[in-house]
Formats: sequence, C-alpha cells, structure tokens
Amino acid sequence: MAAIRVEQVNERYGLDDPLPVQFVNYWKRTIQWDLGESYLTGRSVNDILKDKAKNSIRLGIWAIIIEIIVGISVGVYSAIRRYSLIDKASTVTTAVASAIPVFVLGYILQYAFAVYPNKQGWPDWMRLRTSNIGPPGSGDGTWFLFFIPTGEQWRYLLLPAITLDSVSTALAARMTRGSMLEVLNADFMRTARAKGLDERHIVTRHGLRNAMLPVVTLIGIDFGTTIGAAVLTETVFSWPGLGSTIASAVSDRDLPVILGLTLVVVLVYSIVNLLVDVSYAWFDPRVRLGGGAK
Amino acid sequence: MGDSMTTSPRNGPGTGEVLLSVQGLVAGFDTDAGRVQAVDDLSFDIHRGEVFSVVGESGSGKSVTAMTIMGLLPTLKVSAGQILWHGRDLLDLPDEEMRAVRGNQIAMVFQDPLTAFNPVHTIGRQIGEAGRIHRGLSKKQARLEAIDKLGLVGIPEPHKRADMYPHEFSGGMRQRAKAAMAIMNDPDLLIADEPTTALDVTVQAQVLEVLVAIKDEIDSAIMLITHDLGVVAGLSDRVMVMYAGRQAELAGVNDLFYRTHHPYTLGLLASLPSLVGSDDEPLVPIPGSPPSLVHRPSGCPFHPRCASAEDPGRCASEVPQLRIVATDHLAACHFAEEVASGDRDPRTVDRGAEA
Amino acid sequence: MSAEPSSGAAGSPSDLRDFWRRFRANRLAVLGLAFMVALVVVAVLAPQIAPYGEAERSSVFRGPPSWDHPFGTDGIGRDVFSRVVLGSRVSLKIGALATAISLIIGVGFGGLAGFFGGWVDGLVMRITDIFLAIPYIVLAVAIASVFGRSQNAIIVVLGLTGWLAIARIVRSSFLSLKELEYVEAARALGFSNSRIMFKHILPNALQPIIVYGTIAVGVTILSEAALSFLGVGPQDPTPAWGLMIADGKGSLSNAPHLVLFPGLAISLTILSLQMIGDGLRDALDPKLR
Repeated sequence: MAAIRVEQVNERYGLDDPLPVQFVNYWKRTIQWDLGESYLTGRSVNDILKDKAKNSIRLGIWAIIIEIIVGISVGVYSAIRRYSLIDKASTVTTAVASAIPVFVLGYILQYAFAVYPNKQGWPDWMRLRTSNIGPPGSGDGTWFLFFIPTGEQWRYLLLPAITLDSVSTALAARMTRGSMLEVLNADFMRTARAKGLDERHIVTRHGLRNAMLPVVTLIGIDFGTTIGAAVLTETVFSWPGLGSTIASAVSDRDLPVILGLTLVVVLVYSIVNLLVDVSYAWFDPRVRLGGGAK
Repeated sequence: MGDSMTTSPRNGPGTGEVLLSVQGLVAGFDTDAGRVQAVDDLSFDIHRGEVFSVVGESGSGKSVTAMTIMGLLPTLKVSAGQILWHGRDLLDLPDEEMRAVRGNQIAMVFQDPLTAFNPVHTIGRQIGEAGRIHRGLSKKQARLEAIDKLGLVGIPEPHKRADMYPHEFSGGMRQRAKAAMAIMNDPDLLIADEPTTALDVTVQAQVLEVLVAIKDEIDSAIMLITHDLGVVAGLSDRVMVMYAGRQAELAGVNDLFYRTHHPYTLGLLASLPSLVGSDDEPLVPIPGSPPSLVHRPSGCPFHPRCASAEDPGRCASEVPQLRIVATDHLAACHFAEEVASGDRDPRTVDRGAEA
Repeated sequence: MSAEPSSGAAGSPSDLRDFWRRFRANRLAVLGLAFMVALVVVAVLAPQIAPYGEAERSSVFRGPPSWDHPFGTDGIGRDVFSRVVLGSRVSLKIGALATAISLIIGVGFGGLAGFFGGWVDGLVMRITDIFLAIPYIVLAVAIASVFGRSQNAIIVVLGLTGWLAIARIVRSSFLSLKELEYVEAARALGFSNSRIMFKHILPNALQPIIVYGTIAVGVTILSEAALSFLGVGPQDPTPAWGLMIADGKGSLSNAPHLVLFPGLAISLTILSLQMIGDGLRDALDPKLR
C-alpha cells in the first residue's frame, strides 16, 4: 500500500529521474514561469504568489514610506541640532530600536496596543488589531489606490508597518545623521556661508542632496533587511503575505513553495538594487551615465 | 602719502578710501590644552584699489584673520579689538546683517577649488546663487550674469560652461570659476585665501592676473593670503608678514623686499629662489619650525629661530611691539634698524667673511 | 578605516593603557562590556545558577513571576528563569562559533582578494555579490531547512552566510595596506606572500576586523534567535531564547512574561555588543570621531 503511494508521488513529481534531469527540468519549468505546486496543498505556487504578493507589497510600501519620512527627518534634525535633547533621545532610540529583534518588538507592540487595552476593557476604538490583513470578509475594496487603507483597515496595518520598518528607520536615521554631519563640515558648505546664505538654505539647497547619497545606497541594501524583517513581522501578525507563507513553508518543508517564493524575492531584490543604482545618477551628477559635457 | 593714514599710525601706509580697518584684534580657540591664541594684537587697514598681501607660514594666523573678517569661524573667541567695515564693527553685527555683507560686499576665494564647489549643482547655478540671494535676481537673470562673470574671468564659451558640473572643470578653470563666484555682486573687498596653491605655476600666474584685472574692473580691493612671498612680489601694493599670530612687518612691497626690517622677513626672502640678490646666492631655509601656539616662546615669538637674536637678552624676555621703523614701514623687532642696515644680518657677515 | 601601519595593532603596555582610557570614556560601551562579562559568567556557571533543569516541570503552568519562579513558568510548567540562564549558553556558543567561522572564511577570502587582486579579487567579489543578492534571513532559512535543525547545523549555516561583510572590509583594508612602503620593503627582502599577508598586513588590518567582529557576534545571535523563532533553529527542549518566544507567543494576554524575559535577554545582549563595538571603534581609531 505505502509502496504504491510512494511510487505515485515519485511519478507525479518526477523524483525517479536522475538528479541532473530533475535539475534541468526544474529550470525549464522555472524559465517558463511555472514555479510548481505545493507539496502540502497541491496549490500552484504561481497562484499562491498572486494571492500573497499584494499584501506584502502593501506592507512594504508603508514600511519604506515611514523609513524615508521618519528616518531622514530625524537624522537631519539630529545632525543640525547636534547634542540637543532631541539628538540624544533619537541616538538612544535608534540604538535600542536596532537591537530589539523584530519579533520581540512586534509582541511588545501587540501587548501595549491591543492586549493591554483589551484587558483594561478600554473602548474598542482605542485598540489596534494584531492579526490578519483586515476585518473578516473584507476584500481588496478596503484599500484605496491599492495601498491606502480606508475605514477599519488602518487599525490592522499600523502595528505591522511600524514593526517592519523599526530597524530600517533606525539605520536610516543614524546614517542620515552621520552623512549630514560630514556634509555640514564640507568645504562647499563654507563656500555657501561665504556667499551669505542663511542656515536654512545652506541645509536645504547644499546639504540635503549630498547627504542623501549614502542614505540612498543604504535604503537599497537595507531592502534585504526589510525582506528578512517581513518574514518575521508577517509571522508575528499573521499577515497573509509572502514572508509568512515562506516561514510556514519552511516549517512544513514545502520545498516548491520555499524555492519559488524565494526566487521571486531575490528577483525583486535585484531589481530594487538596480533602481537604486539608477537613482544615484540623479543625486550625484558625477556618476551620471555617460557623464561628460553635453 | 602720510595724509592717508586715517586711523592709527600702526596701520602702515596706503592710499585711497579705507574700506576695512582691523584694530587690536585678539582672538583664539578654546581647546583641551587651553586657549590657543591664533591672532594677537593685529591692526591694519585695507584701502580701495590696493592689493594687500598677508604672508606667513601655516599657523601664523593669516587664514584665521580672513575667516574672522568673514565671520565664518563660529568657534573663534574674540577677546579684544574691532573689525571696522565702512565704519561699522563687523564683530557686533547681528547674523542677518552680517549675511548681507558676506558674499555681497566682502567675498572670498577659497584655497581648494575642487572641494569648495558643491558637486551636485551646476557651476552657473552656484555662481548665480549669490546674485539671487543678495539682489533677488530671477533664475534666468542670475544665469545670464553668471555667464558674464565666467567670461570676465577668461573662461571660453561661458554659456556652455555655466551648465556644466564642477567635476567637468579642470583645476585652473575651477579656480577661475571660484573667482567668478566671488565677484558676482561686485564686492568692495575680495579675500583670496591661497588661491593658487593647488595649481601649477603657469596657471597660478594667469589666475592672479585675472584677480587683479577684476579688482581694477570693479574698483575694489584684494586681500591676498599666501605662504609664498614670491607670489606677492609682482602684484601687491602692500605686504603684511605674520608670525605666530602677530605682525612681524608691514610695508609697501618695495620697502619690504629691499629695506627689510625684520629677521623673519629676511629669512623668507633668503628661502626664495632668485627673486632678490644674485643668482649664486644659496637658498637658505629658516631653521626650526613655527612655534606651537599653546606653548609660546617667551619674548619675541621668533627668537628661538632667529640667527640675530640676543638670547639671553631682550629678545628672549621682552615681546617686541610693532613700531614705525621708517616712513610707511612698521616692524616688530627690537633690532629692526640694525637688521635693515645689515649690522645684525648673519648672512651679511658670512658673505663678508667668504669674500 | 585607518591605513596607518603603526596605530592600534601594536600591543605595548602604554598602548593598551591608552586604549583603555579612550574606551572607558564611552560610558555606554563600558556598560555594554559589564553586561557581556556578566553574561559570560552566567553562561559558564549556568548549571550552578539555574535553580531548575532545562526540562524540569512544576505543577504551575504559565505561572506569573514569583519567589519560586522569578521569571514565571511556561506552558508546560518549566522555570523560565532557569531556561533563560541556560539559554545564554546556547546563544553565546552559537554566536561565538558561527562568528569564528565567518571570520575565518571572511578574512581568508577578503585577504586573498585584496592581496592578489586581479581575477582572484573578481571571483571573490562576484561570489559575495551573489550571496548578497539573496536577503540574509531568507538565505539562512533556506539553507537551514536543508541542513536540519541541530545546534551544530545552525552554527554552520550562520557561519556560512555571515562572512560577506567581513570579506569586504578585509579586502578593502588589504587593498590599501599592500601599497604601503613597508610591504614593498618586505617584498624587496624576498619574504613569501603568506608571510607578508599574515605577519605584515593582517596585524594592521585588525582594527576594523575587531570592531566588525564584535558587532557580528550580536548580528549572529539575532539571526539565531530569528531562526529559532521561525522553527528552523534548535528544537525543544533546547532553551534557545528565540524558541522560547515562539513557544510563548500564544499566551501573550495571560502570560506576557513568556515573551518578555527571553526578549529582554536577546535585546540586551545585542545592544551591549553594539555598544562595545562602537566603543572599540572610537577607542581604536580616534580619527573616526
């Protein structure tokens, strides 16, 4: 009985073929964008991808928005008002934020904003949600323009988004501060002062764009960290995205799902890094492609 | 000439309207090792139309003086003195009014032209910026004027160059562009801090000529800061030699070169190749190195390196004050007259012995 | 980083005193060092300190912190304090050994690439590019799901994935150091390549390696916790901190201490290592301030 079953399985997945043949077959299918099907559910990986990717993208967009807005503005402010109270506070906060593991932070936030208010019997509007992407039965309709939450939706999004980008935001703030401090001491800033510019213009016109160069690289490199954090965050908040799917596939040993989704993630990651390289040219005319005079 | 000495007799000779008058400036920095006196009891005037050179080794306080006039040293502590600009003390000016002076009435050409430009903006935009903030020019007007200024400093095809980035310029062109940036608002005073150090010799000469030509064109004055006495010879009107934050000598350029009253100036001249004196005269470097500003020597700051010093004696114990040693000629040496007459010049004695 | 041959690498007593004086000036780094020293002592004496065994059960399930159980008990009645104390051994062992593997691979590859340049450099850099093109956690998860779930497997996985940054840092120091005159001199004296690399260049490249190595231990411990949390690390009843959090996540509302204490242990350990790393960097290379 068991032997027959093994035979069926082997035949279905081509496990009888010699290893090199299996390998070639795998890549043949993959190049045609057939990522196979889940050992566990039999569902095609392409289907799973279509289903889960959009949720990951939504979460990722918000993480990057928060990273850029909060991280960069905190970093710039810390650099300009060096040694101020806010600078010191943000230095400590960023150090702590980059040391707390994503999943620990996730549970701390869950406890503070959902479990504790619930225990205290606070009114429902004061509690945030900690599980799933939205109210039961809510479809894609609760998203405006694909990624902007409406109604109840934001209460589901807030905690995962903050958790996901805690580390990146801390890194971005620290990096911006450092690079801004360096730029503030550059010779061309002295030139700008010698021209009689006031400090606000010196910072906005001459400082920011130069200071953004290393930060742009960071955001690119850091996208890998964000992906890693997404695996953990989505697991903590049962957010039905690629990360939590990969994590559960790993504990289920569902190899086609692991392979297929990882491949997609790596592709996206490479494309993002390419975009970062290209955006560099806008920030820094020295690396502009084909650079010379026009 | 004497009628032009409008402030104190210590300020030396000069002609024309007094633009800038520095009086008794004492300033320094607080460090872990204590207060470092970068500039000590400095007084001089700069007149419209002249090229006023400040010469000294690094650490002599010449750059600090320039930066103080511009108000660009936030950590500097001024403990005494005034910097009068058209009669107003720049040191007392509120930030906003000081900004209106900077880049408008007084402009500066910095040492390193590569790092002095912002790499992410075009040259034209950076030159025009001073016009936009001080005179409210539109972007278009500012660009047109920037092109004019680029042409004025001798950059070919300025309308094309204006849209290029700093890294697309050569070193000499960048230095010219720096000059163009400084004259955007026709300033009354151009401060040039070692404007040619990074350039090769032929380009140096061109850039300096351009600076002087611009000065005449817009009827301003130049304060030229350099460590190289050779650079100042051809184009200065007056020269101030600084040592360890103090004035050593201040005189018209010919007086300074040919009727030298300070051993340090003599030393600088001796280390110059074939500018004065005969060709077979050997180059003589000044022995030793400039003193630390934290642990100043007692008496005359130059005495440990001075071949003519009386040590032990006056030179080691008493700080020589800057005084009039001849008409329109100031020097800070106890034995200025003997130095000038050759009585205390060891080289003269040596040469005499050889001959 | 500094390319100055004389600074930092030397070990004369006055250098060490000087170094310690600068390190001490950074209070956070000293605090971090104190915590790490305490943690190492706890790890060494863990069996003596822990009042209960790692799998020893009591009759109290998910009990709150009390005199008997200062950190409470978990879902099957085990003492959380004892498990956190014993878990320090797991974390430190994995962190130290995996970082050691990363350092050996990273210094080896980075050193070869930087010293020989040319195609060796190209090859090593392409390898790191490829590895870097895969997000770290995803890579570790994928490898771990193949290698199995023992502690040793995790050490190998983290060691094999953690060397990329080290290799790049070592490469760039070697690149600049090999141009220096004393290396030229060693070449002129006919020293072998390996002697030049290990005796003349490596000691001067140590500063960044020490600084990054310290931080890397923290990163490794963090990754170990993440892998354990995802269920691809050591298995129950091993008291791995990440695993304890995963076990406790279901009872967040009635027993938050199950997540809090192991979480605190991980966070403080990583924070301490980061602060030590910062302190080392400042103390080794004052120019970087």
